[in-house]
Amino acid sequence: MSGIIKAAAGGGTGLLESFKVAIVGSGPAGLSAAARASARGISHILLEKTSHLSDTIYKYQRGKYIMATPDQLPLRSDVAFEAGSRESIIDRWDDGADALKINVRLNSDIVSIQGSQGNFQLTLADGETITADFVVLAIGVQGNPNKVSQPGGDLPFVQYQLDDPKEYFDEHIVVIGGGDAGIENALGLAADPEQGNLVTLLQRADGFPRAKEANVQALHKARDDGRLDFITQASLLRIEKGGSGENPWVAVVDTKDGEARLACDRVIARLGAAPPRKFVEAAGVEFTGPDREAFPILSAQYESSVPGLYIIGALAGFPLIKHCMNQGHDVVEFIAGNTDLQPPDTPLLELLFEKASVHRSVDEWLDYIRTGVEILQDVSPLQMREFLLTSMTHYKRLGEVIVNRNDIGSSIFAIIDGSVRVEIDPNDKKKTVPIEAGSIFGELGLISGRRRTATVRAGEPTMLLEIPRNATLKLIASVPGVKRRMERLSMERQIGQIFGRVLTPHDVGEILSRSEIIPLRAGEAFINEGDHSTDIYIIRSGSAVVEKQIGGKDVFLSYILAGNYVGEMSLFYDGYRTATVRAAIKSEVVKLPGEVFERLLAENSEFRQTVEKQVAQRRRVNDYIEAKRESFSSVVDMHSSIARFLLEQEGLSEATDALVIDETLCIGCDNCEVACAEIHEGISRLDREAGNTYAYLHVPTSCRHCEHPHCMTDCPPDAIHRGPDGEVFIDDKCIGCGNCERNCPYGVIQMAAVPPKKPGLFSWLAFGVGPGPGEPKREWVDSHKKKDETAPKLAVKCDMCAGIKGGPACVRACPTGAAIRISPDDYLQIASGSQD
Amino acid sequence: MTALDSHTQSSDTPIRHEGFLRHKRYRYLKAAVVISIVSIIVYLFVDVEPRHNGGTWYGYTLGTISTLLIVWLMLIGLRKRAITPGHWNLKGWTSAHVYLGASLLVLATLHTGFQFGLNVHTLAYTLMVFVIISGFYGVYFYATTPRRMSDNRAQRSQAELLTAIRSIDRQLREAAQPLDPAYVREVKRAISKTKIRPGLFTSISATQKRCATTHALKRLRHAAPSAPEEMRRPLEDIMAILERKNALLLRTRRHIRFTTLLRLWLHFHVPLAFALLAALVAHIVSVFFFW
Ligand SMILES: Cc1cc2nc3c(=O)[nH]c(=O)nc-3n(C[C@H](O)[C@H](O)[C@H](O)COP(=O)(O)OP(=O)(O)OC[C@H]3O[C@@H](n4cnc5c(N)ncnc54)[C@H](O)[C@@H]3O)c2cc1C
Ligand code: HEM
Ligand code: HEM
Ligand code: SF4
Ligand code: SF4
Ligand code: SF4
Repeated sequence: MSGIIKAAAGGGTGLLESFKVAIVGSGPAGLSAAARASARGISHILLEKTSHLSDTIYKYQRGKYIMATPDQLPLRSDVAFEAGSRESIIDRWDDGADALKINVRLNSDIVSIQGSQGNFQLTLADGETITADFVVLAIGVQGNPNKVSQPGGDLPFVQYQLDDPKEYFDEHIVVIGGGDAGIENALGLAADPEQGNLVTLLQRADGFPRAKEANVQALHKARDDGRLDFITQASLLRIEKGGSGENPWVAVVDTKDGEARLACDRVIARLGAAPPRKFVEAAGVEFTGPDREAFPILSAQYESSVPGLYIIGALAGFPLIKHCMNQGHDVVEFIAGNTDLQPPDTPLLELLFEKASVHRSVDEWLDYIRTGVEILQDVSPLQMREFLLTSMTHYKRLGEVIVNRNDIGSSIFAIIDGSVRVEIDPNDKKKTVPIEAGSIFGELGLISGRRRTATVRAGEPTMLLEIPRNATLKLIASVPGVKRRMERLSMERQIGQIFGRVLTPHDVGEILSRSEIIPLRAGEAFINEGDHSTDIYIIRSGSAVVEKQIGGKDVFLSYILAGNYVGEMSLFYDGYRTATVRAAIKSEVVKLPGEVFERLLAENSEFRQTVEKQVAQRRRVNDYIEAKRESFSSVVDMHSSIARFLLEQEGLSEATDALVIDETLCIGCDNCEVACAEIHEGISRLDREAGNTYAYLHVPTSCRHCEHPHCMTDCPPDAIHRGPDGEVFIDDKCIGCGNCERNCPYGVIQMAAVPPKKPGLFSWLAFGVGPGPGEPKREWVDSHKKKDETAPKLAVKCDMCAGIKGGPACVRACPTGAAIRISPDDYLQIASGSQD
Repeated sequence: MTALDSHTQSSDTPIRHEGFLRHKRYRYLKAAVVISIVSIIVYLFVDVEPRHNGGTWYGYTLGTISTLLIVWLMLIGLRKRAITPGHWNLKGWTSAHVYLGASLLVLATLHTGFQFGLNVHTLAYTLMVFVIISGFYGVYFYATTPRRMSDNRAQRSQAELLTAIRSIDRQLREAAQPLDPAYVREVKRAISKTKIRPGLFTSISATQKRCATTHALKRLRHAAPSAPEEMRRPLEDIMAILERKNALLLRTRRHIRFTTLLRLWLHFHVPLAFALLAALVAHIVSVFFFW
């Protein structure tokens, strides 16, 4: 790189120069914008905080294979980009910047942006200012790592990143920060005792609330094994000289037992990053809402609420490199006055509406849908384009099925034209409720993560838009209007679904108007035994456990899935709660007013009967427990504690299908792992030995196929989906960013490259050729992979052996029957006496 | 509840499932019993000339059935490793293998008509009996060991046990710093001479008697009372750490012992099975050519 740094660092507050466009951030978005400006001969400056271009990509791990998804989307940029290794892309971009004579200024951290179109002032960290007519903000979402502010924080051995924990030997290392990054660093440094590192982790809080459970457990285990130490409620006071002999430096730490002095050769601070939002807001830009997921409000031309200030790239909500580069190109065209330019995704959107009976331009369609579909009213054209790219259109004839009852699916359907009929009674197809054009359906599955509750057919020729789960969630999170409308609609539907058949619309309306959604933490009780209350709760998402105090102990009674209600018992017990109900995992409940039910119970006999039936069944469980209590209390105790272990500790309450190993049967042959690797290109998706055990039930590290998969949260190419059998799987769009690996609280996703093909089973059996069945050893892979071929490391996880005849190979290959897969239905009422 | 019970019942976990012995409510046990009884009844009631042996029509029938059964029994080794799609289940295979394999004791014996001698025929038979006996051992270990292994491991994995031991070694080295060179040498020797995985036989017995850690502990305990005043505290520390290491070593060795027991019998079962196959071929060839 020639480093065309125009202005020498002048020191003090000098005015540098004035440009038509100042581009902040040299990631794919900013770089592409600068390239376009340069190609068009527009006076510009590309400002980059670090000493190199495109810091986010620069920081990828060495040799990482970068994907160029989505494949269908054409690239529109003056800088080249195609899939390849990190190094090749960095080189190409550096060369491109030179060739296009982009005016780059490195080491230029912009700390504030003031002014408006025609007169922006950008202030650098060193105090200098740059003025520009337009600003393009392309700073991504990585933010600034929080620094150690205490004395000594600027010492050279204080670092904020750890590239390779294997590089450090025989050092006293203090890791600060108990988030996942800090814990993973500490574990990595202490993993190999041969390295001889003495690692101490400092955490300010009393526990590790921000880290995922798998990491916290690994940390505790590591301390129990004496591999490292951690101190909670500890904060760094200063780093000073004063150590003895080889370790001149000590970290002075304030702990609850007083001041501690820790020898330290190295400090690794993982204090999180300040998201760039504050900085952006300070420039006057408005966001869609207060949530963390909110994005800046932008026009279809990427212009923010500050005229002349444009925002593109990851910060604008577009997480893939190709999107970023296209936007960089387009935004400069827009600034240059080429406002007719159609975004590069226009041909893709045209394809979406190709089969419609009326012809409209893409812009007309966007408008038609946005004004027609109620919940989409507040969505901006830019956001419309984004979610439509992942959506599908369906055209159904009269009577054609759209979704079937008990189908897996968490997408929602918007009715653009026509109408549908919902079959509310599985036993009687004639009983239907209509839903008209402009409304949506499928939202209950989205919220609860469970199967479709009813079959829906077209009531006339109908055009539908299917919006996938992730796109819908993003809309809900980033557009408050969508969230508000969705909540109202789903509450109405849920109450209607449960009580609608026996209550009049007037009663339902009354209940609805006085209901509220209550979010709950895992373990939080919302009904307490002995309290006086008749409110009823619908579990909207998550699940709940019902417990009763018997002989001073909490006995597990039953487990309630989303979509059901609790709290009706008290209506029959003089308003007293007979049991405690707690959220098993993070859940949401709808609280319905008890007085209304008390009145309805007296007035409406049909309603009374319905509720009585439910109560009778729950009463039976109660009675059974009471009876069992006398005869063998230890069995009931056992079941209670097993239920707690599985449902709450091991997260099976949010699982739909999980692998469990009966340790009274497991002979440790690892044939389950071998089978999994054999049937899946040589990588096992389960780790049998890892994971927790209680009462001979072992829950190995393997996917639970969660109702609301955490792994889906942050996947840039939207590569994680739920398949038709309920399996959560990753498709070939995966770019290997590792977000899902970090987001899965159970640590079941690994980043791995497909090993080379190995010789067949017979040549191994007969001649010992190849590594044999199962996951091949590292050495074999290394010596057998093709030269200079770096297979990309992509996310790998259990797919429940979907599409493989015979089903899960891990279970089929277990010689003793120790490996079983279970779903919530298997332990719904462990204590109900259904055991034989 | 005895250990075997847990395999015949759906174990005491709240999730219903069957182990290999109980598979499909003892389907293959029932099949094996029926086959055996039927073949005994036929044996008792058919009249063959001159007397029952492998050469009669009934002898041929039983011989053929037994041979096919043996070949099929050997195929479990393939089934276990060829993970193909399809509706098979290794648990079902194991269940059938165990029960039908045991029924050979009846089928093959009736085939011989109790005509044993010093020849290749009886060699094949003897090998078969040994294979089956080793099979019973295997079933015994499969049925009893996992539970004890789970108890012993106390929720740690083998890798975790080993890392824990290594980190104790580090603590030992540190704690030995203030000691006199003689003691330091003792501790260092205890570290370097302790083998977690000793020879096969020590491993099966899981004894600690000849372990260097035990020895060092014994000697230090002996030496402690006469040690100089300022050595006492550090020595006590060292001994406490050695005790912890000893406990951990015991667990680890027991774990290794269990793993060994779960595999060791297969090292008899499988080679014997191949020997049986060879002898059987010889037997069949010989009766056709030289009979
Ligand atoms: C591990 C990982 C793997 C990924 N793999 C892929 C992949 O294979 N394919 C793909 O398409 N996408 C991938 N992504 C996503 C992709 O990297 C990002 O979406 C993309 O880099 C965003 O580009 P951007 O230009 O908006 O911001 P960034 O690339 O984040 O660039 C922002 C730039 O702005 C600079 N900056 C920030 N603040 C300031 C400031 N105040 N002043 C001056 N400069 C500033 C930064 O230093 C940085 O250089 C991956 C992401 C990660 C984390
Ligand atoms: C296709 C399968 C088989 C055939 C055709 C077969 C055939 C025969 C015949 C013809 C005899 C009578 C030999 C004689 O009287 O000298 C015999 C005897 C015998 N067979 Fe088999 N056999 C078969 C399988 C088996 C098997 C599976 C075993 C056991 C492992 C077995 C063990 C014996 C024994 C021990 C005898 C008695 C030998 C003796 O009489 O001294 N055979 N067999
Ligand atoms: C002559 C009859 C038998 C033959 C030829 C035979 C052969 C085999 C073979 C080849 C294996 C495969 C081992 C491996 O690849 O790991 C095996 C496994 C096994 N056999 Fe047998 N066997 C016989 C009888 C029995 C009997 C009677 C029993 C039990 C009572 C038995 C119990 C087992 C068990 C438990 C396994 C292990 C299964 C596993 O772990 O996958 N076998 N046998
Ligand atoms: S990978 Fe996803 S679905 Fe599986 S356990 Fe983790 S978060 Fe749940
Ligand atoms: S599947 Fe995981 S690794 Fe792959 S792109 Fe999605 S989040 Fe990244
Ligand atoms: S279900 Fe299939 S993919 Fe999942 S762990 Fe078992 S064998 Fe592996």
